Amino acid sequence: MSDLVETREAQAEPVDEPARTPGRRTARKAGSERPAWKEKPRAITQVAKGAVLLLTVAMVLIPFWVVLATSLAPGQQIIDSGGWALWPESWTLDSYSKVLSSEVTTRALMVSVGVTVTGTLFSLVCTVMLAYALARPGVVGGKPVMLVILFTFLFPPGFIPTYLVLDTLGLIDTYWSLFLPVTVNVFNLVVVRGFFQGIPEELYEAARLDGAGELRTLLTIVLPLSKAVIAVVGLFYAVGYWNDFFRGVMYINDTSMFPLQTVLRGYVSRGEGLASEMSVEGTVTQAPQAMKMAVVMIATIPILCVYPFIQRYFTKGVLTGAIKS
Amino acid sequence: MSLTTKEPELRREAPAPAEPAGPPDRPARLWQRLRRDRALLFLMVPGLVYFAVFHYGALFGNVIAFKDYVPFIGVVDSPWVGFENFQVLFEDPSFWAAAANTVGLSFLQIVFFFPLPLALALLLHSVVQGRTRKFVQSVVYLPHFISWVIVVALFYQVIGGDGLVNGLLGGGDHLIDVVGNPAGFEPLMVAELIWKDCGWGTIIFLAALHNVDEGLYESAALDGAGPWRRFWHVTLPSIRPVVILLLILRLGEILTVGFEQIMLQRDQFGPDVAEVIDTYVYFNAVEGGHWGVSAAAALFKGVIAGILVYLANKIAHRMGEQGVYR
Repeated sequence: MSDLVETREAQAEPVDEPARTPGRRTARKAGSERPAWKEKPRAITQVAKGAVLLLTVAMVLIPFWVVLATSLAPGQQIIDSGGWALWPESWTLDSYSKVLSSEVTTRALMVSVGVTVTGTLFSLVCTVMLAYALARPGVVGGKPVMLVILFTFLFPPGFIPTYLVLDTLGLIDTYWSLFLPVTVNVFNLVVVRGFFQGIPEELYEAARLDGAGELRTLLTIVLPLSKAVIAVVGLFYAVGYWNDFFRGVMYINDTSMFPLQTVLRGYVSRGEGLASEMSVEGTVTQAPQAMKMAVVMIATIPILCVYPFIQRYFTKGVLTGAIKS
Repeated sequence: MSLTTKEPELRREAPAPAEPAGPPDRPARLWQRLRRDRALLFLMVPGLVYFAVFHYGALFGNVIAFKDYVPFIGVVDSPWVGFENFQVLFEDPSFWAAAANTVGLSFLQIVFFFPLPLALALLLHSVVQGRTRKFVQSVVYLPHFISWVIVVALFYQVIGGDGLVNGLLGGGDHLIDVVGNPAGFEPLMVAELIWKDCGWGTIIFLAALHNVDEGLYESAALDGAGPWRRFWHVTLPSIRPVVILLLILRLGEILTVGFEQIMLQRDQFGPDVAEVIDTYVYFNAVEGGHWGVSAAAALFKGVIAGILVYLANKIAHRMGEQGVYR
């Protein structure tokens, strides 16, 4: 077990790198110029490499484009083609306005936003507090507690035991069940703790001499220095909450409390139609497939908006560890 | 609340007083240290309560593997049945079929998915222009952050029966008959995994490639080694430890094959091909009502998987000490 601990800690070490990012970037740029001993690459190799990379990028982006185009195409085009569009004959937001005027989608959207915001804040508070306490050298019980936490890595609780815990606490069919079971992620905890440990001990010492208690040191000295790592860990938590459909399936019976991804799972995986829901309102003017794709886009857009910010903080330290989790 | 969580720490710390670490001015007596660290201990409380309840508390939930659990009666009052659930489980052919599907799919993933991030990383690393590389990286990392529900929706929209590719190829004939076709299940699962995580998987290889000493390439080149010989004799040996490490870790997780992904698509393909251990646990419990048997299956898998992960970490660590040392 202690082997495991050391490995994890070693991985968390280089986390203080966001601060050094500008330096590294210039270093890489300099390194990307061809050194004198390197042959000039043959043109054909360059073309082949470029073609493979282009193909890779296209394979990633085309599905997004097809879904976007389908969601923006007029109903008749989708019905004629059988359910897809590569280029809308005319651009229309009909699907989006239909979907957003349906109560099922808007309510699910609100549940998702609420769970993501609440869950992320709660997770961040718990993670930062625990990480700070475990980062201070010589804290009472620090080592055994860390061991006990890392041990959970080997035996993650399944969903049946988690269901039973939630049931015992009376939390089945409440919004709590959508975020409490995953409050603290061990990997995120190790990353934040590693960052706190990288802050020079003199700063803690100075704060102590100035009469600041631990809580005050955390709030006024440590947190302002840790904005980057907290941002990236918060984004990882937020993406996790936003993307989860399974907790909605497993712990929520009342369909009106489903988050967006769980509702979407009904459309995608069980073939549940939007059409019936729409015909009740007597407004079937848009193709069901286009509306489904509009829901898919609505569930994807927040991730696309947040992605550039996550990417800004991609550094070697955070990511080599991320793979492990 | 806070008292109950502090208590076990007292006990936990007590048997290990002879720790040499720590600043010299640290008070020696346990209660003095508790008093000194009371603010820190208070900060630990919410996180520790979480781990106590949802990890260690949840472990107790596994007792229903030895009970005839009826949700209506509750965990405590359901009658004990000994190993009856395990007996039912081991005599259930669909469990063994699910186990075989799991291991089969795992091997397919290792053979067809595992080498791709390495290949893509090698390609990206050899592209000189920093800006091109950065752009491609931004694109290929993106799918990792897309949820499985959406990945499945994207795939069906492109290669499903009524999707783009069949439409372009003439429509209606279902020229690409993958979705819902049992024979297409395993290739589709691997393809989806490649689309979602191949780019993300390059990160660790790129980091390893970045760390290769540039001087090695230079001296090899000065000794007359061309690009291919440098690749064979410098690049590959340098990243071999990382590759072996990741392969061992993946082998340790052989019983895990993407529960969310398969759960979303099990109904279209049918349980014959698409049932894996995790979906067996879910559908047998939640839709079949056999909670005890499912819990037994989950416990059985969890124990074996835990041992495998532990062994994999042990082996990887031992290899790491020899291999990563430079």
